[in-house]
Amino acid sequence: MTLTFLWTDIMVWILVFALLAWGWILARSPQVQKQWHTVFKSSIAMASAIVLLFYLLFALLDSVHFKVVKQGEMVSLLDMAFEHRIKETERTYSSPFAITEYAKAIVVDEHGVTKQEYLPLKHVNDTSILLSSLIALATGVMMSFLLIALHMLWRKRRGWQKVIPWNSAYVMVTLIITSFTWLYILSFDYHVLGTDKVGGDVLYQSLKSIRTGVLIGVLTTLVMLPMAIILGVSAGLFRGWIDDIIQYIYTTLNSIPGVLLIAAAVLLMQVVMDNNPQWFETTGERSDLRLLFLVLILGITSWTGLCRLLRAETLKISQVEFVTAAKAFGVGKWTIIRRHIIPNLMHIILISIVLDFSGLVLAEAVLSYVGVGVDPTMHSWGNMINQARLEMAREPMVWWSLFSAFVFMFVLVLAANLFSDRIQTVLDPRNNS
Amino acid sequence: MLAYIIRRILYAIPILIGVNLITFMLFFMVNTPDDMARAQLGAKQVTPELIQSWKEKKGYDKPLFLNTKAEGVEIVTDTLFVQESLKLFIFDFGFSDANRDIGSDIQERMGPSLAIALPTFVIALVTNISLALLLVLFRGSVLDSSMMVVAVMIMSISGLFYIIAGQVLFSKIWHWVPISGYESGWGGIKFIILPVMIGVFAGMGAGVRWYRSIFLEQINQDYVRTARAKGLSELRVLFGHVLRNGMLPILTGVVVVIPTLFMGSLIMESFFGIPGLGSYTIDAIHAQDFAIVKAMVFLGSVLYIIGLILTDISYTLFDPRVKLS
Repeated sequence: MTLTFLWTDIMVWILVFALLAWGWILARSPQVQKQWHTVFKSSIAMASAIVLLFYLLFALLDSVHFKVVKQGEMVSLLDMAFEHRIKETERTYSSPFAITEYAKAIVVDEHGVTKQEYLPLKHVNDTSILLSSLIALATGVMMSFLLIALHMLWRKRRGWQKVIPWNSAYVMVTLIITSFTWLYILSFDYHVLGTDKVGGDVLYQSLKSIRTGVLIGVLTTLVMLPMAIILGVSAGLFRGWIDDIIQYIYTTLNSIPGVLLIAAAVLLMQVVMDNNPQWFETTGERSDLRLLFLVLILGITSWTGLCRLLRAETLKISQVEFVTAAKAFGVGKWTIIRRHIIPNLMHIILISIVLDFSGLVLAEAVLSYVGVGVDPTMHSWGNMINQARLEMAREPMVWWSLFSAFVFMFVLVLAANLFSDRIQTVLDPRNNS
Repeated sequence: MLAYIIRRILYAIPILIGVNLITFMLFFMVNTPDDMARAQLGAKQVTPELIQSWKEKKGYDKPLFLNTKAEGVEIVTDTLFVQESLKLFIFDFGFSDANRDIGSDIQERMGPSLAIALPTFVIALVTNISLALLLVLFRGSVLDSSMMVVAVMIMSISGLFYIIAGQVLFSKIWHWVPISGYESGWGGIKFIILPVMIGVFAGMGAGVRWYRSIFLEQINQDYVRTARAKGLSELRVLFGHVLRNGMLPILTGVVVVIPTLFMGSLIMESFFGIPGLGSYTIDAIHAQDFAIVKAMVFLGSVLYIIGLILTDISYTLFDPRVKLS
């Protein structure tokens, strides 16, 4: 077993370290510290930050891949934790906590008589749900209390600052850890969220989809940011023909309907990938490459909005007295950009990152439905919805796949929306009145 | 006024050329005519002669940007790029892979698209603005804050969920409306009602929040205080002053959208089986029919640019401060 890195893994970890470094640099400025304190003073923001953190944790766990030498397959840390669920697939649909299949099957018994009966599931132990639930809840609560106690110890050493609503964070942590432990422990005996058409476990699929959703949300921003910042700032600062060209570029890109531009680019990417099969060895690497291209395409098509905002703001800032004064002192252009312009654009950049995130997570589902999203073999909420929507016509309804995908997506997007609301109210100077 | 409009239209031409360049690069450079010929003829027994004859038949046998064999202006004009762009500019979209005339297909399918998009747009506009005004009237109350929570929730649910849930509830369980289909004329109302309601509801969260923030920005202005000081009732302040002055930012967001209503909605139309331009596009994407996708990209850009021009014109009609120069 050897550690391997997919393209998107590399990008995710670069992003994580960049964020940590950025956070470390920012944390030294007392003004920024105060701003973030204000953000976390709201208990809703605190709770949604915790939810986002857990989603990120799952995405990161799923971004450490090992190559298993025997099968030549890629396995992530998350796959290892759920090994009992990957291998044990059933024959077809089964509802959550079911012990038999969802529809009757025709069987011939030893007397040669054909009967219709519900076949038992292969990988389910019919143990007491109540007992295992109690054990799971106790374990979960204990684990979260341990974490909270550790944190309280740390707080005590720093002298109990009361500004931040840690209690709501504790409640959220307990809630998430307990419910996940419950799902995890019961998943050894049951298919907690049912199985899909080919018998795959829905809980496992939903958890695997976290990586795809989070990656599309954050990596697209990573791709788009440098382009938007460089073009926006230079348009606003240099003006003249540079401004004209940049304005022309983004008006042109903007006038092409977003979905169609993405669709056209993805269709062509498929053609290119079909012509170059030497770029990837396994299907896993192929779908990863496709995810990378999708992120690049989404980044290229979505920088125009932020660019326009940054251009307008740079125009405004570059006429303010302190910039004129800096120019008069003979400060170089680069120093002005670094010292005066970029710090004053930070709030716009940050707000647009968090605002775009939820939109991108939702867009992934729609794009997968249109057929220009991630690879059909990749786990994603969009693919789950796409496969499950035809099953609503069945009798009785097969609702669990769809339900799980929507719930996982809803929690993430809701947390992101609430958090971005808070960031917007705190960081947007227009709201300080 | 007329001179201004003409100048705006002239300004749109370089943008359309840019759009053409982008689509051309996507469709002819990444995916060369040779690749297209191979995909069309089937990979098995393609000979260079067959590819050549296919390209000649489609008119794809010219060089991309520069024709070194031609003379004079024809070096630039007798190329694939110029020929293809000219065809688009006179709205000659050519034929799809299934050998249908794309132009007449588009004309045929605009009606059903509008039948869904227009009612959705109008109803959404009216309900969102009235709800936002209501919330602004009761700003700071429990109604306001709880409705804002609901709005964030509505925003956070995937649009696909509303469609699927709506179809299951209203068509499958309660049998109020047919699950999908389309019929022109008044008989088609039963097909239209569900997608329109779902479209309105799905956009409600973001819409109400947006209008509310616009109105709240107005309500802190000095003229509102003056109006109150004059003794006007809160309702008259709201409708006479806040709504009227809020119209300007609303126009920027709304007028741009009107022409693109012709394009229809991709997912709505394909879920409800409506033969509009949205489902046309989706079918083309699934079938990898590049000619149709290209035509739709161009059409969408033209409509968007018309929207931009209309926004500028509507500004001058509603805002006396803006003068055309």
